[in-house]
Amino acid sequence: MNDALKIDRQDNVAVVIRPVKAGEILCYTDFEKGETQLTACTDIPIYHKISLLPIPQGTTIVKYGEHIGQASCHIPVGAHVHTHNVASVREDLKSL
Amino acid sequence: MNQLKFKGYLRPDGKVGVRNHILILPTSVCSSDVAKFIAAQVPDAVTFSNPNGCAQVGRDLQFTLDILSGYACNPNVYGTVLVSLGCETCQLDLVASEIEKRTNKPLIKLDIQESGGSIKAVEKGVRAASQLSSQAACLEKDWFPITELMIGTECGGSDPTSGLAANPTVGAMSDLAVEAGATVILSETTEFIGAEHILARRAVNKEVGDRIFEIVYRYEEDLKLVGEDVRAGNPSPGNKAGGLTTLEEKSLGCIHKSGHAPIQAVFEYAQPVTGPGLVIMDTPGYDAASIAGMVAGGCQVCVFTTGRGTPLGHPLIPVIKITGNKITYEKMIDNIDFDASPAVYGQQTIEEQGAALLHMVLRAASGEKPKAEALGFTETSIAKICNFT
Repeated sequence: MNDALKIDRQDNVAVVIRPVKAGEILCYTDFEKGETQLTACTDIPIYHKISLLPIPQGTTIVKYGEHIGQASCHIPVGAHVHTHNVASVREDLKSL
Repeated sequence: MNQLKFKGYLRPDGKVGVRNHILILPTSVCSSDVAKFIAAQVPDAVTFSNPNGCAQVGRDLQFTLDILSGYACNPNVYGTVLVSLGCETCQLDLVASEIEKRTNKPLIKLDIQESGGSIKAVEKGVRAASQLSSQAACLEKDWFPITELMIGTECGGSDPTSGLAANPTVGAMSDLAVEAGATVILSETTEFIGAEHILARRAVNKEVGDRIFEIVYRYEEDLKLVGEDVRAGNPSPGNKAGGLTTLEEKSLGCIHKSGHAPIQAVFEYAQPVTGPGLVIMDTPGYDAASIAGMVAGGCQVCVFTTGRGTPLGHPLIPVIKITGNKITYEKMIDNIDFDASPAVYGQQTIEEQGAALLHMVLRAASGEKPKAEALGFTETSIAKICNFT
């Protein structure tokens, strides 16, 4: 049973589908690696996002395979990803 | 899927309603209480508080006029008693002529000042509405194909489960309905922001694709003109508490409501919608005003996804609530009709849930009351120039 869902193969975050405590080992299905384990380094409320990789400051946060914002500070792997470490960025999507 | 059908009422203008309401329509805030007093005494009569209708100009006035006339023209309405104070900007004859341009359904006009005050106006209104009510009761329902159905889609109090399960389930329902020949409306322009390129790629042609970019940029620019940023109000505190971080994340979840069908057209707020197929209406993300636009456009039923839970309904149409959040479903079971959370936990597929939801839509269209309707939720709102976020 998965504890988190990675929605698109390009995503660097997943959605936890149960409340998570720091130090817990979570299971999610990766598009390439299949069943994958990940250790949470912070508490994460149910349905919030967890980082699947270390995300350096300024890096785009990808969910649904699309851009949802930028890391406003370095985000370690297994951390709660939310308004405290992500900033909204208005992109010119018409030129894509 | 051609056998999909519902039981409705054929109107003299050729449209098909799924309810048989007598609408007591206040043209302004000054006639809203009188409308309420009339509606309270007549079975099948519905009304709402109209906070606008006076001291408005230009586009603002037009939004109000389009909502008022669109409501009277909505197929779920048998006939309308139009209640005006007499001196407001939304003049009785102005609203009446907008309605008469679009429908030949029964319309009775009432002016409070001309009637000699509120007590006499209520008396006249109750007599007129009672007459409409007894005529409406003679109408029999008949079976109609799903091609006569226009389904509005809405999301409110979203959280990450909206994008994971509830909106994709509505999207699967929408794909089935569109395939069978129905019309489905995607609304809430603020919640296209950050996802407009995906929608534009699905447009039937370049013109429709350009219109999608245009309504998104226009919305952002309108708010900038008054020095505001849409992001100050969206995502809402509840969206964030639920786990949505940015407007872009919310939008990318929101657009799942539209499924995968090509987007046929973009309609302005509260304008008459023509189908079939999937279309967009330019509405604010504020649920009450967004649903209002779609109802004025002609939708007879709405499917409304929520993560945090909301009781909102509409005076004229059944509004079906669906959540992908299992905690919200349990906590707010009195207000939510459809549990989409099994898809989050791999217990059902989105496609299975979409098919089940379409059947719920057809049952609601045929008379079954969703919870918002059964509990009597009837508040509504109207878009403004300095619009809601």
